[in-house]
Amino acid sequence: MTSLPTPSSNQKKLGLVIDLDTCVGCQACATSCKEWNTQGYSAPLNDRQAYSASPEGTWLNRIHGYEVKAPEDEQSRIVHFPRSCLHCEEPACVTVCPTGASYKRAEDGIVLVNPETCIGCKLCSWACPYGAREYDYDHGVMKKCTLCVDRIYNDNFAVEDRVPACVKACPTGARHFGDLGDAESKVSRLVAERGGYDLLPEMGYKPVNKYLPPRKRSSEKMKATPSEPETMSEGKSRVDDFFRWADRLLSR
Amino acid sequence: MHPAYSVILFTTASGAGYGLLALLGLVGFNHGRASSLWFGGTALVIALGLITLGLLSSTFHLGRPERAWRAFSQWRSSWLSREGVASVITFAPALVFGALWLGFLDEPRWLGLAGLATVLMCAVTVFCTAKIYSTLTTIRQWHQPLTVPVYLAFALATGAVLLMAIASVFGLYQIFQAGLAVVALVLTLVLKILYWRGIDSDPKTRTIEAATGLARQGEKVRQWEVPHTAENFIMKEMGFVVARKHAEKLRRTVMILLVLAILATVLTIPSATLAIPFSVLAFLLAAAAAAVERWLFFAEAQHVVSLYYGTERA
Repeated sequence: MTSLPTPSSNQKKLGLVIDLDTCVGCQACATSCKEWNTQGYSAPLNDRQAYSASPEGTWLNRIHGYEVKAPEDEQSRIVHFPRSCLHCEEPACVTVCPTGASYKRAEDGIVLVNPETCIGCKLCSWACPYGAREYDYDHGVMKKCTLCVDRIYNDNFAVEDRVPACVKACPTGARHFGDLGDAESKVSRLVAERGGYDLLPEMGYKPVNKYLPPRKRSSEKMKATPSEPETMSEGKSRVDDFFRWADRLLSR
Repeated sequence: MHPAYSVILFTTASGAGYGLLALLGLVGFNHGRASSLWFGGTALVIALGLITLGLLSSTFHLGRPERAWRAFSQWRSSWLSREGVASVITFAPALVFGALWLGFLDEPRWLGLAGLATVLMCAVTVFCTAKIYSTLTTIRQWHQPLTVPVYLAFALATGAVLLMAIASVFGLYQIFQAGLAVVALVLTLVLKILYWRGIDSDPKTRTIEAATGLARQGEKVRQWEVPHTAENFIMKEMGFVVARKHAEKLRRTVMILLVLAILATVLTIPSATLAIPFSVLAFLLAAAAAAVERWLFFAEAQHVVSLYYGTERA
């Protein structure tokens, strides 16, 4: 049923918290996602002209890069920006679905597509502001992030492996998985501490996934002024004092 | 937005079909039984044929057309599902009306009611079609108060011109048919111009800065690296935006075609012999206007996801 489930009072909201400060844009999460999901739920994820000049395919996670620059900044800042399904609380992608193939799970809020009933009308992808849904041209159905629903509840895995493939793969720990409906959870505390934000909150989709903003850089590092002569700095040790004295002596 | 030909054919053909069917329903309600079996039969077959053609073509853009029946299930939340349900329900009053109107069923007291029910269901179906687009908040050019009226107006106008053309071919041309077509065409033209003025004056408030949330203190955000080496589904489906200057030309084309359709309709009035060629010409012009307009409706629409792909404003 594509009508949304009524949220309970302590609704579980599984989702991701993505730290834009530590993401290095290595694409490990994207490739790991592709690798896991091409054999898991809704598999396979198609590739087209994989060995030609213009290979393309269905991916559930895409890593953008943005340049951020204020007028007074001399240097711009590059931010790597992973983009995948945000498992919104008000997902219009679900309510527009004519077949019931798209649905939001009542128990944990994960938004899924049933590949057995999807007719491939693509309307859900039109309704998503975040570009989270990608159509699979070979199989004629819509694909999207499953939050690795076939990993996170998988009893065959060690407990520490019961996280989405992207989270498991991230080498810098920029991706965090947890229950954002529980204010005391690790991810919720992280969001509170770091000022985690929603993408396009004014659109009213109420994304569950949160983004942690890049930390502010110290203004000195941003300025391309020539470094001060060594002699101006304060000595930290006698060795420093010795070199400063030697520097002064030799500078004469 | 990528203009899929199957969807353009579907919305324009079924629009004309529903417009014609609704007008036949009104004719039946007003005048009683069809004056000519041949005219009535042909008009009904054309109306239902256009509707069926449209519905069939709409399944061509599905990835899994064999599962299309599932689309009737989610009418509680989905306008697409409601459209599907409405389109099928419409066949019931339409067929009953057709049988009564053509005299296959002899129950004159039900004719008016069946005619009105047909009119209502035609309007409901086109309304649902337009609602699919107008309720998408992700596309500013569609989420407009005039989207639904324009869809209804095009259905009525193309249906009215088609009714006039069929009637003149069967020697049943009457001036009120031309009058109705002119009124509907003028209404369509005015609504569409107002729609264009609306989307042009509507400020593009969504920015790449807002979409990424990366500009806290007035920074500028620019796309630095795309996430993939080739186009993906999102870019193909959502990234299609017609160039501004082409849009201007195509808008003029739609307006000129509509004006010419109005002129051709007016020219049917003075001479009975010229009524046939001019009314057929008027229909061809109106149909062309509808097709270009519908293509442009998609091509001018910019999806908010384009912001993540480097568009500054949407």
